[in-house]
Amino acid sequence: MSEKKEYKVIGTRPIRHDGVDKVTGRAIYGADFQITGLLHGRVLRSPHAHARIVSIDTSRAEAHPGVKGVVTAQDLPTAEDKMADLGEGAVNLKYLCDNIFASDKALYKGHAIAAVAATNPHIAEEACELIDVEYEVLPPVLEVRQAMEPDAPILHENLTTSSLGDTEDKPTNIASHLQHKKGDIDKGFDEAEVVIERDFVTGTVHQGYIEPHNATAHYNQDGQLTVWCSTQGAFTVREQLAEILQYPVSKIKVVPLEIGGGFGGKINVYIKPVAALLAKKTGKPVKVLMNRADVFEGTGPTPASYITIKIGAKKDGKITAAQTSLAFEAGAYPGSPVGAGAMCVFAPYNIENVLIDGYDVVVNKPKSAPYRAPGATNAAFGTETVVDELAEELNIDPLELRLMNGAKEGDRRPDGPVYPRIGFIETLEAAKEHPHYTSANGKKYHGRGIASGFWFNIGLESSVTINVNPDGTINLVEGSTDIGGTRASIAMQAAEVLGIPAESVNPTVVDTNSIGYTAVTGGSRTTYATGYAAYEAAQDVVKQMKARAAKLWEVDEDNVQFADGEFSSINGKEEQISFRDLSAKLSQTGGPVVGRATMNPAGAGGAFATHVVDVEVDVDTGKVEILRYTATQDAGKAIHPSYVEGQIQGGVVQGIGWALNEEYIYNDEGTMTNASFLDYRMPTCLDLPMIDAVIVEVPNPGHPYGVRGVGEVPIVPPPAAIANAIYDAIGIRMTELPMSPDRLLKAMGKI
Amino acid sequence: MPIVAIPALIRNLTDGEESVPVEGSTIREVINNLENQYPGTKDKLCDGDRIHPSIGVYINGVLTRVAMHDSVDSDAELHFLPAISGGGQGASYQF
Repeated sequence: MSEKKEYKVIGTRPIRHDGVDKVTGRAIYGADFQITGLLHGRVLRSPHAHARIVSIDTSRAEAHPGVKGVVTAQDLPTAEDKMADLGEGAVNLKYLCDNIFASDKALYKGHAIAAVAATNPHIAEEACELIDVEYEVLPPVLEVRQAMEPDAPILHENLTTSSLGDTEDKPTNIASHLQHKKGDIDKGFDEAEVVIERDFVTGTVHQGYIEPHNATAHYNQDGQLTVWCSTQGAFTVREQLAEILQYPVSKIKVVPLEIGGGFGGKINVYIKPVAALLAKKTGKPVKVLMNRADVFEGTGPTPASYITIKIGAKKDGKITAAQTSLAFEAGAYPGSPVGAGAMCVFAPYNIENVLIDGYDVVVNKPKSAPYRAPGATNAAFGTETVVDELAEELNIDPLELRLMNGAKEGDRRPDGPVYPRIGFIETLEAAKEHPHYTSANGKKYHGRGIASGFWFNIGLESSVTINVNPDGTINLVEGSTDIGGTRASIAMQAAEVLGIPAESVNPTVVDTNSIGYTAVTGGSRTTYATGYAAYEAAQDVVKQMKARAAKLWEVDEDNVQFADGEFSSINGKEEQISFRDLSAKLSQTGGPVVGRATMNPAGAGGAFATHVVDVEVDVDTGKVEILRYTATQDAGKAIHPSYVEGQIQGGVVQGIGWALNEEYIYNDEGTMTNASFLDYRMPTCLDLPMIDAVIVEVPNPGHPYGVRGVGEVPIVPPPAAIANAIYDAIGIRMTELPMSPDRLLKAMGKI
Repeated sequence: MPIVAIPALIRNLTDGEESVPVEGSTIREVINNLENQYPGTKDKLCDGDRIHPSIGVYINGVLTRVAMHDSVDSDAELHFLPAISGGGQGASYQF
């Protein structure tokens, strides 16, 4: 299954470096942050899903005792209608700014209109009620198919469809059309002996991070802006603030505090520019916090989608053609993850003839944001359900059908590139051999389903600095915010190089003034790319310390070698010194040693997963119970297996929530009616069995230890796997998410 | 000679060709020569003198963030696909 190498640190399970602070409550999160003279900000949000803003009068709020400042879109610099490169992709600057404060139109219920800074949060909240906003209410459009209709209410009068490399003239809600084409789709379906075509609908789903967004901003007298916040990437916050505020990056420092979950949802900024505007206006530090309703209504969920999937195969199981149309809700502004969904939709399979069309569509909902493998879960729900139906039609075991058609090294992806070494087949084989798959499954209303998934993973920029301490420990400075244990997984890679225990590394996540540019913790990149930077920084340390040993022994540097934490001479003098002992002699041999590395690695290596789930359907209530769940996943090389397992389990749990319960429920006016964790039902430990995470290791050739990102792909297969299990249990194909009790009862004809 | 895979939605500019051999030892040379062969393609792939930020370049199957001056092997295969940023979301894509 894997090409094993012997490691001393990698593959072990040390206690995470930030663990004590977190379990004892000492870790500082954004809401904990305090500073002298702090004011408190609150945001007034649109009560309408679609409305023209006729006027905003803030005078009553400004006169309210305790209020120190009020800001609206008028306080933002005028944003150009142009693309800005934020290092993480391009965004339209006007759209970016309009999502901070609506300027001419409110485009979703919860769209920020104004904000107040006051001496305490209650006064700020009261003052928000005193802001008089006159709206011209417009009809909202809340569903992607309706938004694509020619007579649908138009959100942006200047938005036209970019398609076939050209832009159309007529205003529309379809922001763009993309396409991937491989082979001859008509020929492929002509060759097929069985063709299955189905439509799928998925709901709007939130990341559900426990910690709401927060930001505290302060301008020094010299104009230096400092922002303390919860974020997945301090540098992308700095870039977004620079563009939105039209302020130099050199005058902005972003300090990332601990983060209570993000899952993609804490990359885009919402209240950070608001806190900065209020701080500028009042001359005081201002803290702005969201509550849960703000988070649901005012931040980006992952989009709802409408997907058609058509797959044809020969009777022997060979898939000859696959076609899809993916229409994703971008929310209020263009930029859904339909591009990623289109690249993932048939990625697990080697198919000769493929046609993929994707549509990015604006609707009157919050601007969508990344959520764990953005777009891939929606797409896989369709593909993997149809593959299951195809297997049934062909009377072939669903795992065997996937093994017959699964993508391998050298196969060409549907969107063009050829796969390097990947481990999809190995995840299928691991699932096939697992006692879960070979166990009996025959009870009434019990069913078993399987599904697979793919996510690209990315590299991007990371920087690491290592300072060697005289006691043989190191201080490792990094810019990647730690969401899922990456302090440990990065530290372990440096420790492996230096031959020291993981506990001898002190990892610290620092602000944007204190480390080289580091991209977001997202795209399953951190253990891969920042870990790679830690590896290279440690190699830099080794190189410098070899020179110190050479000086000590009065030999040429080329005559010093390093292995297993020991420096030794190779010129016959048999000199030897440990990393620790040499660290104590740095001051005698030239002074401190600081290793550094910046990386932008290109070989992230895609990740595949295959899941097996057993369910029981209560045919009286429509409730689906997860009885057993096994997830196999190619991790490349698991640096800290516990955290890989944790990522797999966490992704599966979120996928189960997406599959069975979670969705934004809107009324006709476009108001979300379940904007709390009481009504937006996420799974808890009481709803779930232990998730059996099976780590498959097919080393990624693009990383010195073979690492592949692991955080995102585990959310991809669950909805399809559960849908297939429900079919196995009750003989009904569910094609709409979530597969909630009411939808099951309707499908069974009981309501 | 490097091979450039033409994105499906700009094949109207390449007479329907799915991939074309293009002379060039750097990304800039390849794109400029592609433009000479098929006018209009550079405008779809570039924003001024840089790769459009919403486009990712795959060289021999590996996503890389290239600059125009980066070198390209003579047997390289280039794909231009929607960029996948941290979290997988950027602007609305052009193709």
